[in-house]
Amino acid sequence: MPLIKNGAIAEDAWQFPADDAPLPGQGPVAISLERWQREREVLQARRAPLGLLVKSDTQVEDFAADLAEFELIALDFPTFRDGRPYSAARLLRERHGYTGELRAVGDVSRDQFLFMHRCGFDAFQVSSGGALEGWLRAVSEISIWYQPTGDPRGALGTLRHRRAAAE
Amino acid sequence: MYRYDEFDHAFVHQRVAQFRDQVARRLSGELSEDEFKPLRLMNGLYLQLHAYMLRVAIPYGTLSSRQMRCLAHIARRYDKGYGHITTRQNIQYNWIKLTEVPDLLADLAEVEMHAIQTSGNCIRNVTADHFAGAAADEIEDPRLWCEIIRQWSTLHPEFSFLPRKFKIAVSGAAKDRAALRVHDIGVQICRNDAGEIGFEVMVGGGQGRTPMIAKTIRKFLPKAELLSYLESILRVYNQLGRRDNMYKARIKILVHEMGADALAEMVEAEWRQVREGFVDLPEAEVARIERYFAPPPFDPAAGSDSGLDTARRADSEFDRWLEQNVDAHRQPGYAIATISLKSDGGVPGDIDAAQMEAVADLAERFSFDELRATHQQNLVLPHVRKGDLYELWQSLKAHGLAIANRGLISDIIACPGMDYCSLATARSIPVAQAISARFQDLARQKDIGDLRLNISGCINACGHHHVGHIGILGLEKKGVENYQITLGGRADGEAAIGAIVGPAFSAEDIVGAVETVVDTYLDLRETGEPFIDAYARLGREPFKERLYAAH
Ligand code: SF4
Repeated sequence: MPLIKNGAIAEDAWQFPADDAPLPGQGPVAISLERWQREREVLQARRAPLGLLVKSDTQVEDFAADLAEFELIALDFPTFRDGRPYSAARLLRERHGYTGELRAVGDVSRDQFLFMHRCGFDAFQVSSGGALEGWLRAVSEISIWYQPTGDPRGALGTLRHRRAAAE
Repeated sequence: MYRYDEFDHAFVHQRVAQFRDQVARRLSGELSEDEFKPLRLMNGLYLQLHAYMLRVAIPYGTLSSRQMRCLAHIARRYDKGYGHITTRQNIQYNWIKLTEVPDLLADLAEVEMHAIQTSGNCIRNVTADHFAGAAADEIEDPRLWCEIIRQWSTLHPEFSFLPRKFKIAVSGAAKDRAALRVHDIGVQICRNDAGEIGFEVMVGGGQGRTPMIAKTIRKFLPKAELLSYLESILRVYNQLGRRDNMYKARIKILVHEMGADALAEMVEAEWRQVREGFVDLPEAEVARIERYFAPPPFDPAAGSDSGLDTARRADSEFDRWLEQNVDAHRQPGYAIATISLKSDGGVPGDIDAAQMEAVADLAERFSFDELRATHQQNLVLPHVRKGDLYELWQSLKAHGLAIANRGLISDIIACPGMDYCSLATARSIPVAQAISARFQDLARQKDIGDLRLNISGCINACGHHHVGHIGILGLEKKGVENYQITLGGRADGEAAIGAIVGPAFSAEDIVGAVETVVDTYLDLRETGEPFIDAYARLGREPFKERLYAAH
């Protein structure tokens, strides 16, 4: 499953050990919220980057206090129909100021890229092939947005009036 | 009305290109039907019993003549020559070919129309009082806010995969003509004690298999904060709405399960945080949009004698139409004319291409180029000079569109039912036709008076049967259609869900049963008492007795 980051296929340095599997000796690991809460000290003692793999029914508030610990938050889409991670992504970026990698994992395909990108995801573990070319097309299919989000591409309401002010 | 600027144009064209690519990937086999389904649904394209059905958005029901002509062109070029006005102020085409949809959408884009978010689990096309900007009882025109909501909700990245569809309606009038209380969110423009104008926000109404009346969660919301408040409601719903069972996924179930007060508290808590960072629409942007909804250039002299009384006295048929289909306008000398699409024996809401063009011409000539679609599946010419009404009526008559039955028993709301819909358990169109044929006599209808009769072809309730004064729900038992009657429903400011009156009737007996209900009312009513008031006084029993006495 290719990882797309910053518009290119990226090497994935992260390991995602199952909850009952032993932690790898070294290298960045992403663990579940349960494991983080259970093995916090052990994980911190590893002195390697930590990431969190978050289920879609988890509320951001449940781990917001620990955000400084993580360099990766992976939000899971059990199915593309589950829209909860979009809210979680915006809350992480816009409310909690999270600036690390925000990765979409699970049922992720090109027709969701735009929405995800707009909500603050910057990495995508895609489930289907032909992904990069599709991604590049998908993110530029729509260039105009009616609503402000944390995404630096501004919303139309502001755009229009920035233009008006410049004239 | 709102006009696209270059940004809106560019957006809609990009969306057409995006969908063209999705259709191409479907046709090449790159996408399976399962993968394609959510994509086409985001563009109003359903797979029905016989063909694809495309639902085109008519934002808050407002149309120009040019747009109406394009809808006629689409009916001719891509369909069998007609279209169907829906209960959400949209238009549906029932005989569409998938390969032609991208071209059809490109044609629509030329007249600033689209099919975005007319289906799928997203914020649907927003609806409004169909008399907006014209009604005599209006506090303020709701269309400015509808347009703001339309733009905000269009491809909203956070809210395009909600637990279920989400419907918002806005009204600015004292009388609720937009069925606010059966929407996921109903927004009522109101005045607070200080005399400021803002919004009352109601949440959790809906029909379907668990009908519910919306509850007010905020009595007064300052105007400038509408979007941040809506965003807060949607965020709470997106995170907490049930996703384990599609029949329990609407926000009404969340309201029901946690209680309106608890939900209101959560929304307020979210809102306190959302407000801080929320980039509200700049004031200049609100003002820009508002200019599009400025009143048309009414003639101040139109108020003087219009010759209307003379015409009324001379032509009793015109007089009847006037009484039934014409409403008071806020501007002296003007009136609001409803064009009934409920012809005797016809399909409720159907309109053919020639009629669309005729109506477009009339809107241009008599109504400042403006038309409305209503959730009762009729059309409206919102700004007609009183002095023009007689001529308008004559032209309508020539096209079979001067039917004087607005609000009467034959002004039936009916969903497509088994004739088109793949979810139907029974036919609804033939029942509507049979009832309108049975009550053909307009004088009799007039005597029966104001009566809302709504028919759905299955429990999904697209035909709004729960809120019909008389509601009919088509069901199926062992392969045979039968019809359940509900009484006492209403969608207005005193919204109520109808009560089931008893066992269902067969297709043969349903029209007779409706007649029995009506006769019971006629026997028991007090002078001048409309059906719905008589029902409120009498309750279900006398109707039940008469309906089942013979059995
Ligand atoms: S009520 Fe049922 S039959 Fe009628 S349109 Fe809706 S889903 Fe189809």
